[in-house]
Amino acid sequence: MRITVNVDGVGYTDDVEPRTLLVHYLRERLGKTGTVVGCDTSNCGACTVHLDGHSVKSCSVFAVQADRHEVTTIEGLARDGKLHPVQRAFHENHALQCGFCTPGMIMQSLDLIADHPDPDEETVRKGLEGNLCRCTGYQNIVKAVRDAAHHMRPGAGPEAEQVTEETRSPSHAGGGE
Amino acid sequence: MIPAEFEYVAPTSVEEAVRALTEAGEDAKVLAGGQSLIPVLRMRLAAPNVVVDLSNLSELTGVRDDGDSLLIGAMTTHYEVQRDHLVHDHARLLALATDEVADPQVRHRGTFGGALAHADPAGDLPAPALAMDATMIIVGPGGRREVPAAEFFVDYFTTVLEPNDVLVDIRVPKLTGWSAHYEKFNRVAQAWSIVAVAAAVRVSDGTIAEARVALTNMGPTPVRAHGVEEALVGQPATAESINAAAARAAEGTNPTTDGNADAEFRSHLARVLTGRAITAAVGA
Repeated sequence: MRITVNVDGVGYTDDVEPRTLLVHYLRERLGKTGTVVGCDTSNCGACTVHLDGHSVKSCSVFAVQADRHEVTTIEGLARDGKLHPVQRAFHENHALQCGFCTPGMIMQSLDLIADHPDPDEETVRKGLEGNLCRCTGYQNIVKAVRDAAHHMRPGAGPEAEQVTEETRSPSHAGGGE
Repeated sequence: MIPAEFEYVAPTSVEEAVRALTEAGEDAKVLAGGQSLIPVLRMRLAAPNVVVDLSNLSELTGVRDDGDSLLIGAMTTHYEVQRDHLVHDHARLLALATDEVADPQVRHRGTFGGALAHADPAGDLPAPALAMDATMIIVGPGGRREVPAAEFFVDYFTTVLEPNDVLVDIRVPKLTGWSAHYEKFNRVAQAWSIVAVAAAVRVSDGTIAEARVALTNMGPTPVRAHGVEEALVGQPATAESINAAAARAAEGTNPTTDGNADAEFRSHLARVLTGRAITAAVGA
């Protein structure tokens, strides 16, 4: 089946089998190996990407369901060689050890900050409920997300780095919901 | 793992979906948000020949005001239900229970109708649907029919839906002005309910005028706690009367024993969580 998908700002048209998972399409067809497969049981959240501006587990979406939609992966966050504020906050707060969960953690953190621009600790922990980290004990991840939110608040930096409701599409624009 | 091969159909009308399901026979599956079905396909616990994806049926999304009730499209995502102001104002119990479904990523894709049709005994939405006397609106080859929640859930992962039926809308009678709470017990983040309690009450002058209580995972289907409801009505909204009513929570239930809890512990949980849910709802 032929699909046309915009991934990290670039349009792709490909023939895929209906059973191809979005994560496999991203990694194996497009070479976007920044998005990883962690658990294969849809628990761990390592494969989290954005579909039309909302976080999804790309192991639980078929590539055909992304047809005519927009996908953002961890590889689409940095601009002009500069880390996105959430990436920078993870780096500066030592919010990772092995780093395997980090792509998904960062994509979900971005979603969380879009819904809660100034999240307290409990909001961060609930918002990251679908992402597992086996190294850090989460403390520095929580710190990093709150730090990133602080840096992304309106007026805190370049406009392009801020997330507002207007920059996100309504979730029902995503297929398969 | 990679799912087994299947033929993918994405109809653009409900009638077309029913036709595709009828042609495929017993070997077809309906794909709504896919947050249960896709993991099941990936683990090869199911391998249908045909998958009928309802994503293009935009008429099945959204919440509409229909007088005394809300009409919630079966393909409305959990995320949309959580944020909908009509649900917030008239079906608070549903909003609270939806907050407890899985995790944010799953709530962006998973749908209200999908969760009801999947009928997982540990799922968080069948019990609120039962407590609120929701009605399932189903389209099949013979046309449209309505089935009350009390008759919709038949057994573990089994509803009255035939293989070529599509759940299109859920009618949820408004409980405007009622207070509500969904009390979920589980051990780790994003886990299914070991037991949970959906409670909605209408308190008038300190007295419980009406009460609705239903239980998650206290049997193969959600269970209405009629004994608790009877015991609450007409009583003052005090700790004493709430606890006395909650003691009847496990009446008529048939809880399972599994790795998380045995039947006796589940019965205990039902009583304790019912007390907590009603207490939280009335703010006592």
